[in-house]
Amino acid sequence: MNSGQLSRYEIVAREDFSDVTYLLECYHPLMAKAARPGQFVIVMLNEHGERIPLTIADYDRERGTITLVIQAVGKTTREMQQACRVGTSLHAIVGPMGIPSHFDDVDKVVCVGGGLGVAPIFPHARAFKERGAYVIGIVGFRTRELIFWEDKFRSWCDEFIICTDDGSAGMRGMVTEGIRQAMEKHADIDEVVAIGPPIMMKACAEVTRPRGIKTIVSLNPLMVDGTGMCGGCRVKLGDQVRFACVDGPDFDGHQVDFEDLMMRLKRFAEEEKMAMERWSENCRMRDEIHLASDVELSTLSALKSGRIETG
Amino acid sequence: MPKKKTIRTIPQERTPMREQDPVQRVTNFAEVACGYRLEEMQIEAERCLMCPEQPCVDGCPVGIDIPGFIHRLTEKDYRGAYDVMTDTNLLPAICGRVCPQETQCEGVCTVGDTLEPVAIGRLERWVGDKAIAEGWVNIPYIEPGGFRIGIVGSGPAGMACAADMAKAGCDVTVFEAFHQPGGVLRYGIPDFRLPNEVIDAEIDNLRRLGVKFECNTLVGRLFTIEQMIEEMGYDAVFIGTGAGYPSMLGIPGDSLNGVLSANELLTRCNLMRAREFPSFDTPLPIGQRVAVIGAGNTAMDAMRVSLRLGAEKVYCIYRRSRTECPARIEEVHHAEEEGVEFHWLTNPVAVLDDGKGGVRGMRCVRMELGEPDDSGRRRPVPVAGSEHDFECDLVVFAIGTNANPIIGQTSKLKLNKRGYIEVDENLATSVAGVFAGGDIVTGAATVIEAMGAGRKAARSMKAWLGIRDIHLPYTARESSNRLFGIDLRERNFARVRAGATVQP
Ligand SMILES: Cc1cc2nc3c(=O)[nH]c(=O)nc-3n(C[C@H](O)[C@H](O)[C@H](O)COP(=O)(O)OP(=O)(O)OC[C@H]3O[C@@H](n4cnc5c(N)ncnc54)[C@H](O)[C@@H]3O)c2cc1C
Ligand code: SF4
Ligand code: FES
Repeated sequence: MNSGQLSRYEIVAREDFSDVTYLLECYHPLMAKAARPGQFVIVMLNEHGERIPLTIADYDRERGTITLVIQAVGKTTREMQQACRVGTSLHAIVGPMGIPSHFDDVDKVVCVGGGLGVAPIFPHARAFKERGAYVIGIVGFRTRELIFWEDKFRSWCDEFIICTDDGSAGMRGMVTEGIRQAMEKHADIDEVVAIGPPIMMKACAEVTRPRGIKTIVSLNPLMVDGTGMCGGCRVKLGDQVRFACVDGPDFDGHQVDFEDLMMRLKRFAEEEKMAMERWSENCRMRDEIHLASDVELSTLSALKSGRIETG
Repeated sequence: MPKKKTIRTIPQERTPMREQDPVQRVTNFAEVACGYRLEEMQIEAERCLMCPEQPCVDGCPVGIDIPGFIHRLTEKDYRGAYDVMTDTNLLPAICGRVCPQETQCEGVCTVGDTLEPVAIGRLERWVGDKAIAEGWVNIPYIEPGGFRIGIVGSGPAGMACAADMAKAGCDVTVFEAFHQPGGVLRYGIPDFRLPNEVIDAEIDNLRRLGVKFECNTLVGRLFTIEQMIEEMGYDAVFIGTGAGYPSMLGIPGDSLNGVLSANELLTRCNLMRAREFPSFDTPLPIGQRVAVIGAGNTAMDAMRVSLRLGAEKVYCIYRRSRTECPARIEEVHHAEEEGVEFHWLTNPVAVLDDGKGGVRGMRCVRMELGEPDDSGRRRPVPVAGSEHDFECDLVVFAIGTNANPIIGQTSKLKLNKRGYIEVDENLATSVAGVFAGGDIVTGAATVIEAMGAGRKAARSMKAWLGIRDIHLPYTARESSNRLFGIDLRERNFARVRAGATVQP
């Protein structure tokens, strides 16, 4: 790779894990140098885009890149799924944001990743291992076809458990089943780190609560600036309010008010739906135009960025 | 020698500024105050008495030579007025619009003892706008002095420091976390008060001075202040990261989905252009009735933005009375004209839940003014049994900010008890070569004070680097030789040498 030629925020590699999950490797040498596990970036796809937070799933200091693993769930992430090809560039990437996770003084740790959290839990597992901890990795997928990075995990974990909802691979059930199994086998677990959808992190915290095992979760509220300026990312810990972007994103899972987090994630549900519908409509129209007259790629991208009105 | 003006010979009435009609303007984001026309400016400039003791200059945080620039205006030497202005204030088009003149220069203007004070702010704005319209930016050639300066934060403090250091021949880079520069001027203050084009023009001026802007750069996390000095080759660093971190209400219901900070509302609307949703992706549903808590500039902006985004009713909830309200008086006046309903002496006690995570209304209590507190203002105390509810869909809080924690988290810089950066009287921090100023030192203040701090830090930085600061008194010089506050004659002599001179 000739890194001298790469432009700012350029996408240098892409991998599609399923029809909704994709990986982007972005060129940002300074960020690759600065990033630590547990941190995130804020990304803008284009000038009209939202600022969306994405966890740094990995970084490669030699290649000067950071890796993002994205699930196409909303308008922006789906648009990115279409627009972000190797050789294109994002409008903005800023970070690394948030306080890096702590890895010291832990002898035995369980690293749990589910859904979106599978990728970002990987650098945790690796960092713990590098510091000499005994690492039990647990990852959850809906079904066998969605599994990715199995080898990567296996090479850094002392034990590795895959859970699938339908039992098509590994053990059947949620990641919480995996945690229970690990807790039965090991009485000396120092810490559990869980990253994934709020409902999963909540369940993990509930499983460890009776045993009083320290449980760290990485929260993903909506954000705007990511610099502590707007308070949009506020989360409740007991009766305290914290800003996930500067005080987190890691928090004590036993204190987090997950109900509040899940409610706040639905804040713009209606607007998101509206944006989705409008965008899908634009895509449909675009496909029709495409069929009708073999349009040039440049026109396509103009359509996508809204520079051409589709009516 | 023209006849000396007296209070009886000057135009008695302060020249009004044309404004967009309130009914019309709440439907758009175009600027409310239209600025003086040439004739209006001339009449108003005639009202200045050219007082020898110049109380207005002392009233100005950066000490603009106010009678000096007004005198040029009366002489029709507009370029001269601009040069006098930029000698101390680089951003007249901005300051003329957003400074609280009534508590600064205009508050102490001699004319104000008898009549309405000279409209100094409006004249300042006229000069700034004229310069933008005429493209008066021909920056003189500045010989590089070899020093590299890093500026963290592109708000008014950072911009002012950057300009002064660039003029001293330094290689200046401004790092900004957001994707666009300008700080609060960009993300906070709305277009109808300070159009984006004005900010762009002033930033272009800085670019022409050689200042580089690096956006999307979160200093502290992407690299630290210490790295800038030790590894990245910056000879000195200025931190102007603003106050940020909004204070929470701390009342029941304050985490509901319909409750947000004014900073968030304004950032979504101004920087992220949520007002053009869905053409722009960032949403900002506003509801029918909006309650804004607080009565500072931030609160006024949030109210007026809410009206323009389609709210039918906007309430201002403030626990003190109109007299204590900290916003610029013109903003309160504009908000009143636009139909904001003010509830003075009212304090929120709870935000009411609609059962679906949203807001149904607010519970407030009436206040009365008691004994003066530490700030000298009479302390509001709740009136027993005065609790009352009203309906609203959105609650916006603008009750102040705390220090942004990022620089503190990532550097060895000494902070004070409240988390703001600690500096000495020269704005030097506890780390050698690192200076700080603006809201991150003082807590939330004003644009002009932040600019003043940026300039003061630049002076200290030059002293620290051994760049001799040449003081150029305003008198004894020809205005035509001055551009952007720089003496053209200097360019082959003093400034060049000064930039390159390092004292042993
Ligand atoms: C809505 C609103 C309205 C106001 N109205 C007025 C008014 O009418 N008149 C008036 O005089 N004052 C007003 N003020 C106050 C005034 O805007 C501030 O006092 C002034 O902007 C402070 O300037 P600053 O340069 O210190 O910081 P800011 O303007 O806050 O700029 C700081 C910049 O630093 C950036 N930053 C922060 N952390 C980092 C980091 N780690 N790395 C890189 N960049 C970083 C921020 O993104 C921001 O762009 C208002 C404030 C608000 C919020
Ligand atoms: S105090 Fe008023 S009248 Fe006197 S010089 Fe200043 S602006 Fe002019
Ligand atoms: S995203 Fe704005 S404060 Fe955290």
